[in-house]
Amino acid sequence: MSATRKLACAILLLVVISALGATWIAPADYATQFREAPNAPPSRHHLLGTDEIGRDRFSRMLYGTRISLLLAPTAALLSTLMAALIGAVAGYLGGFWERLAMGITDLFLSLPWLFLLITVRALLPLNVSPLASVLVTFLMLGLLGWAASARVLCAAARSLRHSGLLLQARALGLHGARLFAIHVAPNLKPILLAQFWISIPVFILSEANLGILGLGVSEPLPSWGSLLKELEGLTSLGDQPWKLVPLLLLIVVVTSFQAVLSYEEIAA
Amino acid sequence: MMRRASCLSLSVLLFAGLASSQSGSELRFCLRNEPKTFNPLLVEDDASETVRYLTGGVLVRSNRQTQRLEPELALSWKVSKDGRVITFQLRKGVFFSDGTPFSADDVAYTVKQMMDPALHSPTGDAFRSGTGTVRTQTLAPDRVAITFPAPVAGLDQLFDQVAILSAHSPNKEKAVLGPFVVADYKPGSSLLLKRNSNYWKTDRQGHKLPYLDAIRLDIQPNRDIEMLRFKRGELDLINSLDSEYFDRLSSSSPNLVHDAGPSLDSEQMWFNEVGKAPIPNYKRTWFRSTNFRRAISLAINRDDLSRVVFNGHARPAIGPISTANKFWFNQELKADLYDPEAALAKLQVDGFRLQNGILRDVSGNAVEFSIITNAGNKYRERMAALIQQDLQRLGIKVNVVTLDFPSLIERISQSFNYEAAILGLTNVDIDPNGQMNVWLSSSENHQWNPQEKTPETAWEAEIDKLMREQASSSDPKKRKKAFDRVQQIVAEEAPFIYLVNRNALSAVSNSVQGSTPVILRPQTFWNIERLTVTAEAAKRP
Repeated sequence: MSATRKLACAILLLVVISALGATWIAPADYATQFREAPNAPPSRHHLLGTDEIGRDRFSRMLYGTRISLLLAPTAALLSTLMAALIGAVAGYLGGFWERLAMGITDLFLSLPWLFLLITVRALLPLNVSPLASVLVTFLMLGLLGWAASARVLCAAARSLRHSGLLLQARALGLHGARLFAIHVAPNLKPILLAQFWISIPVFILSEANLGILGLGVSEPLPSWGSLLKELEGLTSLGDQPWKLVPLLLLIVVVTSFQAVLSYEEIAA
Repeated sequence: MMRRASCLSLSVLLFAGLASSQSGSELRFCLRNEPKTFNPLLVEDDASETVRYLTGGVLVRSNRQTQRLEPELALSWKVSKDGRVITFQLRKGVFFSDGTPFSADDVAYTVKQMMDPALHSPTGDAFRSGTGTVRTQTLAPDRVAITFPAPVAGLDQLFDQVAILSAHSPNKEKAVLGPFVVADYKPGSSLLLKRNSNYWKTDRQGHKLPYLDAIRLDIQPNRDIEMLRFKRGELDLINSLDSEYFDRLSSSSPNLVHDAGPSLDSEQMWFNEVGKAPIPNYKRTWFRSTNFRRAISLAINRDDLSRVVFNGHARPAIGPISTANKFWFNQELKADLYDPEAALAKLQVDGFRLQNGILRDVSGNAVEFSIITNAGNKYRERMAALIQQDLQRLGIKVNVVTLDFPSLIERISQSFNYEAAILGLTNVDIDPNGQMNVWLSSSENHQWNPQEKTPETAWEAEIDKLMREQASSSDPKKRKKAFDRVQQIVAEEAPFIYLVNRNALSAVSNSVQGSTPVILRPQTFWNIERLTVTAEAAKRP
């Protein structure tokens, strides 16, 4: 394991532990409004100051990290599994099934994601709790984000289908699901893992984008998206640099994921 | 009612302005959107309204500072007792920008165009008081009478929006009577207005107005860029400044920012009371209860909304008319003070009870509702977050949902699939007649329960009666009395829970002289004819 990857793993571990321990580490609840101190600069009581309505920014960052960092891998897992189911099976079966699956994949790839998410969000019931809203947001991201991975997996499965390995396996009498489980799936595993790791930062950024549009996680629950919304005002950054901390954390986490990913890519 | 000319009210500013008037002087500011039209009769958007204000000549002008009507192209005017006929005595020796003389024919032509149903003029809509045609009679080259089929409330005030068109000019579209003419238009980029050399107005010393030679309007929707350019001295004015930008600018250049106090704009919340709305019946019962609505109003800390959300640049709202509206505001009304105990007492009257920190209705249903607002409006999102916490103290669970604007409008005006909403109302008209479409129960914009076939409550019936009464009267005192009662009913019944009136914030560069920002639009350049820029600004590339 390279030093870079070790460092990346350590950073991710630290961030995950901090996020999971938010209940104990955070100096205040993420929803508590200190209305006497809105927009306060960093202090002993508020390490990263307070937001526009007086909520402790450090606490919100910890809780927001927990939400974004735990749900993004879940969404990535969901989308990778869907990609495996649709892409790998279609590539393995070939013919009509492959053409059908790739047609659907192309359709999904051509969809304007952002508008689709906005539309789906608008159609959802209004009386959902903030926690349900965050789950729905990531569920939507997971359900809609499988197409690119499916294409990669389909191509890999297709090349395996024509490989000598599978020819020999068939000659030995292996067919259907058994052949897929014993010879195809293990060979696709590194690609699946790589697609999984790739998807995590993509979903984190997607949620952040939705959050900036005000369409992500509902108030008062924080997420990285809602924290990044504070950066909307370009001119405010100069005199309040501590607002950049959530952005720096996002960059560090996404870069760490990429560093971990490089190893998986090599393995793939 | 006869009003005599009393212009030259700003002569003090005028002298200072003239002293520093510069040849080649150009004022620069931003339009936040592309003007949708240059036809003054089709104006609906802010950008087009700005162009109309700067280029259009009107018969009468509402002075944005005193909020009183002043003569412009009309020397005097008289409205008949029945409110149907207005007669204007016109100014002589006035010419359009292309040199065509101005006469009663132009007024008649403008009114005819404006009231043409085929044109669909939003300006003309305000004059449509009944079925039948509008007749214009040219009594003399400088005298014209306009007869409407039914009384029009605040008739003379409405002419503030009517820019007179030329009936005889060979180039009708370009001939204007206002202080500036459109000289160049680069779509998506900028608009250049040049001084109208035929403008009729002069200052006390007899110098021709306007003092400025040109105005450059850059089309710039991004407020950050507008702010940066203002700081760099590339722009001279910013209207309707956000409170955050205001404070940021105030910290570095306190002498450039102006807080003119509460504006006419309001932010309000309301509950869905539509009978056919797809919401549970028990919730509809809550929303239709005056006690419930009043309790919610009492449970909202408006002082915190003003202080925290708008950094103190807003005032707790009292009702449909802002305190800034000097004539029409009902002085006897006061804003609901934050009082959770009183709110709980009102809820208990309706059988609500607080159990283990959860408010329940008579049938045991936990009180929970959603508030929708438009995504991307940070002030409304923050207000919703504060209200969420305020109501949590009463055991009420509020879910805040931000929606894209088209979805929001679809829910509040078509499917009625929502429970409560927060939106704002931009008021440009000081006359309450502009709010007819909100208060009449049959109106589409009667937001809490639109298009009622007959008023569903006694108080709505009374508001209908009062609004029609004030609209058909030409006596300002009678109208005021009727609308005072409307404001009182609204305060008692709380169909809209008024939250705050934003302050009118603006920024004016040191290079501009003569600007006295006011609450009414256009805040900083309402006296455009008398503004000047310094010699340094005149030398800008």
